[in-house]
Amino acid sequence: MLLSFIVFSPLVGALMLALLPRAEVAGIRRAALAFALVPFAFSLLVLAGFHSIAEFQFPERGAWIPAWGVEYRLGVDGVSLFLVLLTTFLTPVVVLASWGDIQKRVKEFFALLLVLETGVLGTLLATDMLLFYVFWEVMLVPMYFLIGVWGGPRRVYAAIKFVLFTLVGSLLMLVAILYCAWQVKTQTGSLGFSYEQFLGLRLAPREQLYLFAAFALAFAIKVPLFPLHTWLPDAHVEAPTGGSVILAGVLLKMGTYGFLRFALPLFPNAVGVAAPLVVALAVTGIVYGALVATVQPDLKKLVAYSSVSHLGFVMLGLFALSPVAAAGSLYQMLSHGLSTGALFLLVGMIYERRHTREIAAFGGLWSVMPLYAACFLVAMLASVGLPGLNGFVGEFLILCGSFGRWRFATVVATSGVVLGALYLLWMYQRVIFGPVVHEENARLADLSGREVAVLAPVLALCVLMGLFPTPFLSRMQPSLDRILTRVERQAALVASSASR
Amino acid sequence: MTGFDASAVVGHWEVALPGLIVAITACLVMVADLFMTGPDREGLAAVGVAGLAAAIGAALVLWFGGAALSGFGDTLRADRYALFFTVLVCAGGVLSVFMSVDFLRQHALPAGEYYTLLLLSTAGMVFLAAANDLIVLFLALEIMSVAVYVLAGLLRRETRSNEAAVKYFLLGAFATGFLLYGIAFFYGATGSTRLDVIAMKLGHEGVSGFVLLGMAFLLVGFGFKVALVPFHVWMPDVYEGAPTAVTAFMAVGVKAAAFAAFARVFLAALVGVAASWTGILWALAALTMTAGNVLALSQRNVKRMLAYSSIAHAGYALVGVVAAPATGGVSGGGALLFYLVAYTFMNLGAFGVVMALGRRGEPNEDLADLAGVGFRYPVLGLSMAVFMLSLAGIPPTAGFAGKLYLFSAAVDAGYVGLAVIGVLNSLVSVYYYFGVLMQMYMVEGARPVDAPSSRPYLLTTILVAVVATVFLGVFPASTMELARVSFLSLR
Repeated sequence: MLLSFIVFSPLVGALMLALLPRAEVAGIRRAALAFALVPFAFSLLVLAGFHSIAEFQFPERGAWIPAWGVEYRLGVDGVSLFLVLLTTFLTPVVVLASWGDIQKRVKEFFALLLVLETGVLGTLLATDMLLFYVFWEVMLVPMYFLIGVWGGPRRVYAAIKFVLFTLVGSLLMLVAILYCAWQVKTQTGSLGFSYEQFLGLRLAPREQLYLFAAFALAFAIKVPLFPLHTWLPDAHVEAPTGGSVILAGVLLKMGTYGFLRFALPLFPNAVGVAAPLVVALAVTGIVYGALVATVQPDLKKLVAYSSVSHLGFVMLGLFALSPVAAAGSLYQMLSHGLSTGALFLLVGMIYERRHTREIAAFGGLWSVMPLYAACFLVAMLASVGLPGLNGFVGEFLILCGSFGRWRFATVVATSGVVLGALYLLWMYQRVIFGPVVHEENARLADLSGREVAVLAPVLALCVLMGLFPTPFLSRMQPSLDRILTRVERQAALVASSASR
Repeated sequence: MTGFDASAVVGHWEVALPGLIVAITACLVMVADLFMTGPDREGLAAVGVAGLAAAIGAALVLWFGGAALSGFGDTLRADRYALFFTVLVCAGGVLSVFMSVDFLRQHALPAGEYYTLLLLSTAGMVFLAAANDLIVLFLALEIMSVAVYVLAGLLRRETRSNEAAVKYFLLGAFATGFLLYGIAFFYGATGSTRLDVIAMKLGHEGVSGFVLLGMAFLLVGFGFKVALVPFHVWMPDVYEGAPTAVTAFMAVGVKAAAFAAFARVFLAALVGVAASWTGILWALAALTMTAGNVLALSQRNVKRMLAYSSIAHAGYALVGVVAAPATGGVSGGGALLFYLVAYTFMNLGAFGVVMALGRRGEPNEDLADLAGVGFRYPVLGLSMAVFMLSLAGIPPTAGFAGKLYLFSAAVDAGYVGLAVIGVLNSLVSVYYYFGVLMQMYMVEGARPVDAPSSRPYLLTTILVAVVATVFLGVFPASTMELARVSFLSLR
C-alpha cells in the first residue's frame, strides 16, 4: 500500500486544498507545504526499506479492467527509486518557493501542482502499460494550466505548444501499446498490458522498429531531443518559477526514464538500428544547446537551453548501452533536476526583486547580495560539473562509459562540457561580479529566511551527491544491469541469427 | 420455429412495452397540458421523467427476464442490444427533461408541446433500437425525426431557429427518401424486409448489384441521420439554430438511436457480406473524423464548434462498426456501444454548461463569451473542463476509455492505419477543446451570467454528467462488459 499512498497522497491533498476558503492565503500556503511533505515522508520509508536488487519492490496488484487484462500494478526498482525521491523532494521545495512568487489564485496553483505530482509519481511507479499511459497523460493537464494561467506574457501560446508537442508523441505511443497488447493476446491467448508481459513478447525486427519509433517519439519530445526541443524554451520562459523547476527537474526526466524503462528493453533489436541516429541527435543537442545558451541575453532562456545540452548527455549515456554510462545517465538525471532546479529558483528570486531577467540589467550583485551570490555560485558550479559537486559524477561516468562505443561522439560531447563552463561562468561573471552599474540593483535585499530554506536543502544535496555517489549508484546498478543485459542479449541473438 | 396463426404473429407483445410506455406518457402530457396553467406546467416535467423511468424499469425487467424476446412477427426484438439502447436513450431523455425545466421558463417556451414532442421522439428512438424489420425501422425513424424537426423550430421568433427547422426537415425528408428507396431495393432482392431473413438470403445468394445499390441508399440515409461526412452539411446550422436544450437532446439521443439502427442493419443483416462494405465505411470513418475536427478548428461559436465535434465523434464511433465484423463483433461492437454511452454524458454536459451561460436574449454562445468563466464560476468551469478533456480523449475520463476501446478494436481487427488516423485526429481536436479551457481560464473577462445555483435542475444535470464522465473513465470495466454482452445478443 505504501506506493499507492505515495502516488495518491498529493491528489488527496489537492482535493482538501480545494475545500479551503479562498481568502485564507496564508493557511492555504502552509497547508500546501504540509500536503507536499506527506509523499516525501512516504518515499523516505520506501528508501529505508529498499534492497539493492534488480526486481520491482513493494509490488501492488489489483484488477482494473479484467476483460482486457489491465491491472492496477505498481512497483519500484533502482531506476525509479531516486526519481520518485527527486519528485517528492522537489515538490515541497517548489511549494515553499512559490509562496512569494504566486500571488493570485493561490489555491488553484497549489492544487494543480499536487495533481501534477500524482501524475509524475504514477508514471514512475506504474508497471502496467495502460496505467503508465494514463498517468503519463494526467501530467499534461496541470502543467498546461500552470503555464497558461500563471505564466508570462506569451503563456497561452507556450501552454498549447507544450500540450500539442507532447501529445503528438504520446498518442502514437498509445497505438503502439495497443498493438503490443494484441500481440500478447496472439502469443499467450489473452490480452495483457503488464510490463512483464510486454518484455516477454517475441516481435519481428521490423515490428520492433515501428514500435520503437512510436515510443521513442513520445519520449524524445519530452526529453527533449534536438530537433524536437523547440517547445522547451517557450514553456520555460513563460512558466512561473515553480512550474519551471518542476518542468526541468522532473517532467523532462519522464522522457529519459521512458527510454530507459520502456524503449530500450522492450525493443532491443530496434535499439541497435536507431542508436547511431539518436546519438548523433544527442550530441548535436549538447553542442547546439550550449552554443545557443551562450548567446542568450535572458537568464531563464540560458538555463532552459542548458537543459537541452545536459539532457543530450543523458541520451548519449543511455544509448551507449554500457553499465557505467547508464548509471551516469541516471545520476545525471538526478543531478540535473537538482542543479537546474536550483538555477531556476535563483533566477526566480532575482526576478521577483527586479522584474527583469536580462543579464545586462544586473552586475555587481556580489557586494549587494552576498548570500545570493554564494548560493548561485554553488548551483552554477554544480551545473558546470565541477568535481566535488553532483554534475561531475554523472557527466564523468557518461563520458567514460560512452567512449568505448561512440568514440567520435564522445569527443564532441566533451567539448560540450567546456562550452558549459563557458556560458555558465560568463553568465555568472556578468550578473554577479563587476561594479554595480544599475542604480536599482544597489538596494536589493539579500535572501530572506524562507528563500534560504528553499535553497539550502537543494544545494546540500548537490554537495552530498557530489561527494558520496556510492549509496546512490549501488541501489541503481542491479536494475540497470538487468535492463542492459536484456538489450545486449537480444541484440546478440539477432546478430547470431542474422549471421546463420 | 413459429407458425403463422394470429397469436404467434403478435408473439410477445411485451417487447414493445418500453416504447409504448414512453408514447403513452407523451399522450398523457399532451392531455394534462390542457388542464394546467402557469407555473403548474412544470409538473409536466415530472410526468415525463416518471414515464421515462417506467420505461427504463420495463427494459430492466425484460433484461433480467433472460431470454431475448421477439414479437409482432419478429419485427420487434427485445434483445439486450435493444434494451441497452432503450436504457441509454431514456436516460438521455431524463437528463434532457431536467435540463429543459429552467430553459423553458427562461425562454417562455410552451412546456406541454415541448415535453410531448420530446417524449414522442424518445419513443421513436426506443422502437428504432428494437426494430428488426426495415419498415418498422423506417416508421420509428420518422416518429423520432418529425418530432425533432418541430422541436428545432420551437423558438418561433428567432430566424435561426426557423432556418434550423426548415433545413433539417427538407434535408431529413430527402435522406429518408433515400432510406426508403434502399429498403425497396432490399425487398426486391431478397423478398423480405426482415433483417434476419435478409441476412439468411444474402448468405445463400451472395451480393448482387441490386443489393449493393440498396446498401448504398441505406448508407446515405443513415449517414445523414448520424451526420457522416459528406452528409453532414445540415448539422452545424441546425445545432446552432435550435434551442440549446433541443440541440443537446439531438446530439445524444438522435445520434445514439440512429447508430443503434445503423449498426443493427449492418452488423446483423449485412454482416455476412461485410467485405463489400467495410472498405467504404473505413473511408467514411476516416473522412468524417478528419473533416469534423478540421472544420471545428476555426469555429467561433461554441454550439457550432460542438456540432463539428459531434461530426468527428460520429467518425470515431463508426470505427467500431468497421472493426466489428473482423473481431467477431465482440470488441468492435462493444466499443461502439460503450462509446455512445460515454458520448451521451460528456456531450450532454457540455451543452448543459453552454445553456447555463446563456440568458434570455443574450445567448453567450461565442467562444469569446467564455472568457474568465473558469475562475468566476468554479463549478461550471470545472465541469466544462471535465467535458472538454473527455471529448478530447484525455484520461482518466469517459472519452479516453471510449476511444481506447474503439482504437483497440481497430488494432484487433487489423486496421492499425485507422487507429493512427484516429489518434492523430484526437490531436487536432485537442487544439479546439483546449481552446475552450484557454478562454475560460487564461483570458480575463467579466461577462455576467445568472448564478448557476439559480437553476438547480440544470446544475444537477451537469453534475450528474460530470460524475458519470469521471466514473466511466476511472472504472470503465463494468460498463464495458455490459456493452460487450449487449452487443453479443445481436443476431
